Amino acid sequence: MSNQKNTFVFNKENEIRAKEILLKYPTDRRQSAIMPLLDLAQRQNENWLSRDIVEYVADYLEMPFIKAWEVVTFYSMYYTKYNGKYLVQVCGTTPCWLRGSDQVIKACKEVISPEPNTVSSDGLFSWMQVECLGACVNAPLVQINDDYYEDLTYDTTKNVLQSLIDGSPLSIGSQSGRKSSKAVS
Amino acid sequence: MLKEKDKIFTNLFGDESFHLKNAQARGDWDNTKELIKKGREWIIDEMKKSELRGRGGAGFPTGLKWSFMPKDSKLTNYLVVNADESEPGTCKDRDMIRNEPHKLIEGCLLASFAMNAHTCYIYIRGEYFNEAVVLQKAIDEAYDAGLIGKNAAKSGWDFDIFLHRGAGAYICGEETALLESLEGKKGQPRLKPPFPANKGLYGSPTTVNNVETIAVVPTILRRGGEWFSSFGRPKNTGTKVFCISGHVNNPCNIEEEMSIPLRELIEKHAGGVTGGWDNLKAVIPGGSSVPLIPKSNCDTVLMDFDSLSAVKSGLGTAAVIVMDKSTDLVKAISKLSHFYKHESCGQCTPCREGTGWMWRMMEKIGNGHASSNDIDKLLDVTKQIEGHTICALGDAAAWPIQGLFRHFRDEIEEQLKKTKAA
Repeated sequence: MSNQKNTFVFNKENEIRAKEILLKYPTDRRQSAIMPLLDLAQRQNENWLSRDIVEYVADYLEMPFIKAWEVVTFYSMYYTKYNGKYLVQVCGTTPCWLRGSDQVIKACKEVISPEPNTVSSDGLFSWMQVECLGACVNAPLVQINDDYYEDLTYDTTKNVLQSLIDGSPLSIGSQSGRKSSKAVS
Repeated sequence: MLKEKDKIFTNLFGDESFHLKNAQARGDWDNTKELIKKGREWIIDEMKKSELRGRGGAGFPTGLKWSFMPKDSKLTNYLVVNADESEPGTCKDRDMIRNEPHKLIEGCLLASFAMNAHTCYIYIRGEYFNEAVVLQKAIDEAYDAGLIGKNAAKSGWDFDIFLHRGAGAYICGEETALLESLEGKKGQPRLKPPFPANKGLYGSPTTVNNVETIAVVPTILRRGGEWFSSFGRPKNTGTKVFCISGHVNNPCNIEEEMSIPLRELIEKHAGGVTGGWDNLKAVIPGGSSVPLIPKSNCDTVLMDFDSLSAVKSGLGTAAVIVMDKSTDLVKAISKLSHFYKHESCGQCTPCREGTGWMWRMMEKIGNGHASSNDIDKLLDVTKQIEGHTICALGDAAAWPIQGLFRHFRDEIEEQLKKTKAA
């Protein structure tokens, strides 16, 4: 776990959002908001959470730090270190593997870094292998920050990654030219 | 083959916009008030007549499940929609959420009314960020149009929907783990009883239903339970969205009639198996948790609960994962073992320790360093895990391995002998 020195508080926008989120749950059930609030905090902090931030969110919800930390470490979408501007998550579960996710990983190794969970030398991105992303009829695919890039090959994965390097990301969704999950006929 | 006029999800692929106006033009929210006026007994009765079985994997009769909710509880009743779609092979709810969100929202209102719930939470997997954005927009539209909120759709029923995003844990698809997660805790399944219908979210009566189960409700109520049950076979009724992935020419989602032959499903909609039907090796017919079936079963099996259970598999989420003859089956199943190891919540020892052990053994077999005795030991361990955990994740981790060796043990042992000789 890395530590950050600065003291974290929600910015104005997120303070409003946090109040709106709390309205979703009964007033005596503030803890229900832990997941969305950790998500907000993480987005405000370049997509990772330090111990200080988790303490802030726990205090915000009047819950013990350790209960918040349990949530952070239980769920895979909270990160306790910086992963670069773009986090490339490659699905390697069976439906993606059957359709060539090994080739997608190969492209990530070549373009980003030979090892997973390692920020590229320019600080732009890192990659990791993840379990099923739930878009199996558009396999293989990657999730880059919030977006899915689907129906990938070795070449189109490289194109997508290059587009991040060039600062003009390709359109999200299928990279084979088809629409959503409809069969190509 | 299901006729276009009988499809429930006419915008499954997003050919048109998801917005309220377009959804209304497709028939959503058409006089919802009248359906509510017919009363909750009528709604539950129509659902029973439809013989709809839950679309999240377990296949429990929906009407019956709804009838378990206490009618005169002093506590707040809740409907919780399970949109934590994470079963490998499955991606049907995603399409409903991003392209047909109003069917889901209207279904939430009707189901909640039938179960005396004024509040509904939709728990969507965290990775579906863009889908959550669409769904929230659709919820906002429904509020703005007075379709939900106070006096929802002018029915006199007050109704709120809240969207809650998960954060990457397969186990939260288990209904009590989902409730724990919604309460702001680690998603670890609860011991049952008490069942959620008695003590669910915040200790109140709760029904948890899959997205597809709820999204088909408005159409069933409009066209009648008997219309829905006219598709498929008795106890296996209705239309169903199938996901066809893996070694097919055109992987896709498709709404079809229940009980469609597996072969017809693959050949008519997914362009057939790569290299032709005779190049088929095996199919996982209902998402990663159900045992695979070899080609000989695939030739004749129907895609429904009973037909698949007769070949010792299951309909599950109706996610069909196709594997042709080029597939290293041990590796394919080992990857699923790795999935379950990763997703075990760690609460029960047989699952926490067993999923990792099974995966390592599967890797050993895949690498050719195992013997026939190892396979016996592995199968024995799967039996030790199965049925000995709080939730079904342990079973789900054991079954794919059992299915693999049930049908392909001879072939795998042959391969092990060859590796040894070399």
